[in-house]
Amino acid sequence: MSVHISTKEIKTKRTNYGYVGRRIGHDKPASRYQEAVYDLQPTTNFHYPPTWAEGKELYDVRNTSIVMEDWYSFTDPRQFYYSAYVMARAKQQESMDNNFKMAEKHKMLLSMPDELKASIKKILTPLRHVEYGANMNNQDICDRGYGSIITSLASLHGFDRIGISQYISKIILLIDENESVGLEQGRIDWLDASMWQPLRHAMEDIFVLDDWFEIMVAQNIVMDGLIYPLIFDQYIQEVSSKGGNTLTLLTQFMSDWYVETIRWTNQLIKVVAKESDANNELLSSWVIKWTERLNKAVLPIAQEAFTDGGKDKLEEAKCELLARLAKQGLKI
Amino acid sequence: MAKKLNMRKRYELLTRGLGWEPTYQPKEKVFPQESYEGIKIVDWDKWEDPFRLTAEAYWKYQAEKDKKLYAIIDSFAQNNGHLNLTNASYINALKIFIQGVSPLEYGAHRGFANLARQFSGEGAQIACQMQSIDELRHVQTQIHTLSHYNKHFTGLHDPFHMHDRVWYLSVPKSYFDDARSAGPFEFMTSISFAFEYILTNLLFVPFMSGAAHNGDMATVTFGFSAQSDESRHMTLGLEIIKFIVEQHEDNLEIVQGWIDKHFWRAYRVLGLVSAMQDYMLPDSPMSWKEAWDIYFVDNCGALFKDLGRYGLRMPKFHEQATEESEHLSHQIYTVLYQFSHAAAFQTEVPSKEKMDWLSEKYPNTFDKYYRPRWEMYAQMEKEGKRYFNAGLPQVCQTCQVPMCFTDISKGNPMELSYRVSEFNGDKFHTCSDGCKSIFDHEPEKYAHAWIPPHQIFQGNCGGAEMPDVLKYYHFNEDDSGEYKGSADDNSWKAAHHNSNDDNDIKESA
Repeated sequence: MSVHISTKEIKTKRTNYGYVGRRIGHDKPASRYQEAVYDLQPTTNFHYPPTWAEGKELYDVRNTSIVMEDWYSFTDPRQFYYSAYVMARAKQQESMDNNFKMAEKHKMLLSMPDELKASIKKILTPLRHVEYGANMNNQDICDRGYGSIITSLASLHGFDRIGISQYISKIILLIDENESVGLEQGRIDWLDASMWQPLRHAMEDIFVLDDWFEIMVAQNIVMDGLIYPLIFDQYIQEVSSKGGNTLTLLTQFMSDWYVETIRWTNQLIKVVAKESDANNELLSSWVIKWTERLNKAVLPIAQEAFTDGGKDKLEEAKCELLARLAKQGLKI
Repeated sequence: MAKKLNMRKRYELLTRGLGWEPTYQPKEKVFPQESYEGIKIVDWDKWEDPFRLTAEAYWKYQAEKDKKLYAIIDSFAQNNGHLNLTNASYINALKIFIQGVSPLEYGAHRGFANLARQFSGEGAQIACQMQSIDELRHVQTQIHTLSHYNKHFTGLHDPFHMHDRVWYLSVPKSYFDDARSAGPFEFMTSISFAFEYILTNLLFVPFMSGAAHNGDMATVTFGFSAQSDESRHMTLGLEIIKFIVEQHEDNLEIVQGWIDKHFWRAYRVLGLVSAMQDYMLPDSPMSWKEAWDIYFVDNCGALFKDLGRYGLRMPKFHEQATEESEHLSHQIYTVLYQFSHAAAFQTEVPSKEKMDWLSEKYPNTFDKYYRPRWEMYAQMEKEGKRYFNAGLPQVCQTCQVPMCFTDISKGNPMELSYRVSEFNGDKFHTCSDGCKSIFDHEPEKYAHAWIPPHQIFQGNCGGAEMPDVLKYYHFNEDDSGEYKGSADDNSWKAAHHNSNDDNDIKESA
């Protein structure tokens, strides 16, 4: 049996906002995502030129060499607008919080063999700084990028990196029983240890790239595309097999997050490459350039992370990445 | 036994020490915007985080807030909450809000992302980043809150398109472009301090209390929900000012200059709010003058007393703003009344009750200067000659408000105030000493402004005739003009007077 509640039905004047209607049809109801991300960014009639970018407008398509007829032709398959985003993350956070509480309560990390603890600290701690740099790059994309879809996505994606750096910090503090020595050593390693220098060098070179879309490719697609499968998948599996299976729980966020990230980066590459041969060539050349550079930069980390076969594991991650990008249409 | 960490220490370990001084690239190249304004930061580590919020805590709190907010927005729409408003004319306040304010929230989102990238100190960096995504929250929740209204009323349908083009919206837009086109420290002084700290109550309180007093549950819920974000932003605004001034003695003069400039710029934007507050709300909780006395004269007076020990003083021309407070809303609403045939809201002569309320709130000015004017307009309307100004207004080169202010501080409340500056052989008109002083300080910047009436004359706004321009603005026919007899007025009356035999409403089971 169904219950009918009598309500007043009121004829509406229109179905959706004009800026959404022009994209999806004026008689089609809009989703919250569509209302929240389409065409919010100013496009014309700017009053004053920016003092920090000579010859440019406040929002300028010329900040990248990628050319799109419409910067809103890419949409996020996750459909993240602010609320959808924080609600998704709050849910993950709740389960991560439980994982950390359990690990702490049962001292699950402390029972790991010492050399395993040392390895985890050596590999994971400097990644806090990688995440921090990755955040800077995403804030840059939000700042100089074009179109409210892509820039809001970068904003949220950057915020995730702050979260990830904090999760890594929490792991290290758990192992060190809240002493800060491990975090401090990680910073020293990041700044001075030879195994991290090629990556830090590459990161700083990415900071100064003029083209924000190249930053997008170098950071969110290539660097993450090598590090995440290598570390948060393969390395964590290895750690797990050596008595550190708690780490699987404590890095759950990172592995889920990367699977999620692939969804939108794939879509982004697909849409942008399909737009024109010129875009495709540019994207492909960036992918080739940064894969070569970052593969070398990550190699010392891979060799340190795995007792043997680090190089092959990195090679595997690289091939997977390239194959995946080729599948989106890149000529690589 | 693991060492116990207090919250502060734990927060510090999780968030600090993540950034580093680059060595493979020069620092000036990695952070190219940090020094060119002349601000000297000696030690970013002296930055005290005003709120210690980890990413996890942020996700959790914000999700809880949003869950509640969206539950109310949904129920408001489902129950046609708009029918419980005091009157549909209230919607005009919402039109000004979504056309004029929401796009600024978006601009703030991008602007704070710029700071989050360009500041090399991680405490300030993270604080700016949080504000950046908060601002994204605000623009998006405002869109979602007002989405239901857009289905039923005029003028709300294309706010972002309008913001880039419409004449009166160039007032808020040019203010924000002004801050955005400056360097990161000036942007921060402008938006976080002059706007968010000094003046935000004068924006937020009128809109949100206005919503509460006029039965707009949805907007008032948004207001409450945004309040905790806003208080974080205000704290940030105060922190940054103290921090900059404490970092180096050379910073004081620069920052004071920015406070002077952006106080006046932001104050002029709020002129639109004053008109909304005093004239557009069917039920006004508080007059502009009352709000100004509390939030500016009292609160900011106390604030600057406190800031005196940093060497900061009240913004220049604040006395004039206070002197104007008994005139501002009347002068601006008159312009809106005269030009509402070219606006995406409607205006009307204030009702008798409204005029009595204005007399009570403005005992020194309303009956003497403004009531006679409204009575004249009422008479004209009665004779079928509702007054619209057929020309295009001359606007101030700095604030872009039509020249409607009078020389109150010079004791001539009936004399139009204008100032003239010369630059590169051209004459530029401004509305006040405040705006002239801003123009004269950076004439090359303000000479460059996109001035709507000039652009219309040059044919850059869709064409030479008014209908072309309105089309360029994406206005619909029923968006503009006189409120009485407007589409909003008619459908409101239809829905409220005779709901049984009304066409628009039918019972459904």
